[in-house]
Amino acid sequence: MNYNWNWRIFWEPSPDAVGTYMDTLLSGLYWTLATALTAWIMALILGAIIGTVRTLPNKWLVRFANGYVELFRNIPLLVQMFLWYFVMPELMPTAIGDWLKAVQNAPFITAVLCLGFFTSSRVAVQVSTGINALPRGQKMAGTALGLTQMQTYRYVLLPMAFRIIIPPLTSEFLNIIKNSAVALTIGLMELTARARSMQEFSFQVFEAFTAATLIYVLVNVVVVNLMRLIEKKVAVPGFITGGGK
Amino acid sequence: MINFDFDVIERSWVYLFQTGMAFTLELTGLAMIGGIVVGTLLAMMRLSSNKIISTVATTYVNLIRSVPLVLVIFWFYFLVPYIGAWIIGANEPIRVGAFTSSLITFILFEAAYYCEIMRAGIQSIPRGQVWAGQALGMNYWQTMGNIVLPQAFRNMIPVLLTQTIVLFQDVSLVYVLSITDFVGAASKVAQRDGRLVEMYLFVALVYFVLCFGLSSLVKRLQQKVAIIR
Repeated sequence: MNYNWNWRIFWEPSPDAVGTYMDTLLSGLYWTLATALTAWIMALILGAIIGTVRTLPNKWLVRFANGYVELFRNIPLLVQMFLWYFVMPELMPTAIGDWLKAVQNAPFITAVLCLGFFTSSRVAVQVSTGINALPRGQKMAGTALGLTQMQTYRYVLLPMAFRIIIPPLTSEFLNIIKNSAVALTIGLMELTARARSMQEFSFQVFEAFTAATLIYVLVNVVVVNLMRLIEKKVAVPGFITGGGK
Repeated sequence: MINFDFDVIERSWVYLFQTGMAFTLELTGLAMIGGIVVGTLLAMMRLSSNKIISTVATTYVNLIRSVPLVLVIFWFYFLVPYIGAWIIGANEPIRVGAFTSSLITFILFEAAYYCEIMRAGIQSIPRGQVWAGQALGMNYWQTMGNIVLPQAFRNMIPVLLTQTIVLFQDVSLVYVLSITDFVGAASKVAQRDGRLVEMYLFVALVYFVLCFGLSSLVKRLQQKVAIIR
């Protein structure tokens, strides 16, 4: 094999005027994290609402929430990206559509919206699974204490449900970071896109991809440990959720 | 508002399905078979009592699972020609077609996910069955092939199929290599005719119908298979 390895490439100046190739990759990491974190907050909020609705007694609300989940689960993420980026501005009234097309950071906003909705459907499934995993007595106890349905969810069911689903939520969090790479198709310069542009400019394919891979693995390790810490911190004594001890 | 022109679908659907969807389905089918075979081998390696073998498999699975598919697609796109050259002893990186390259990528990527499913399947078989096999004088491969794997596989069929639906959706990402899969074909037509809205809505609809239908079937199957114990 005759491939010229050059690991010092990272400290050579890159043509995109950010600085060295290392700076290129780090700016990619910044956008990956910014996109993933913003979308994650959105997904958690939406997912908690939709997931709760899926467990309510109202049949029509449940149907709506199930439809929401199926809609976002059965279309590939790439196609959803295109729908948000190319199709949505056209379907809006002309003024809003034009504004959307001209807005700065359009790829970032689109990616956040797309990933947020996409992941919220997955979070919703976890949340309703968590609520259904609780003993029925908890809901009844809430009612017996005179709490309204809203209060029962807010003070009794949701705090317990969220503790139960921390492990699956961790993997959803990892997924949203990985999925943010799909946003390179709409022009978001996140980590994978930066590695690709570094490869195109420097011809050092394997160095660029190795660095990107290592950064992703590192982010993964950090997230996993952080979530483990949170799980320990919020564990309810005497209530075994698996991650406690 | 814009005026829709759904004629574009009528004009191009033969191309969309015969070229695009055919590629997507072929890749999905072959990658599923390859992925399950390699994934099962990986699962057996992970559960091996040999420390080195299980560490190698665990590292591979964890590494693949922590990297985005898009990056893996790029990795293999550039790596496969070099590996090919290394295998046949050539000096120059060999030429590899788009289909072969993406097939190898998806087999090796999805194998990591199928591995975790098969591992759960193998672990769901009571240990006593393995001991019974050994007591009958069977060796490792006989116990695995005749006793453990058939049951593990049967228990996991719904999960394996769900993963295959995920794979079917993931295949759309070969778009980043400008390959003409279903999405690739649609976006080529869309850009040629300037009909992005109609084309992407149509693509979304086709995927939704297919994936929703398949996952409903899997759910039914799950209820049938679920009562083994």
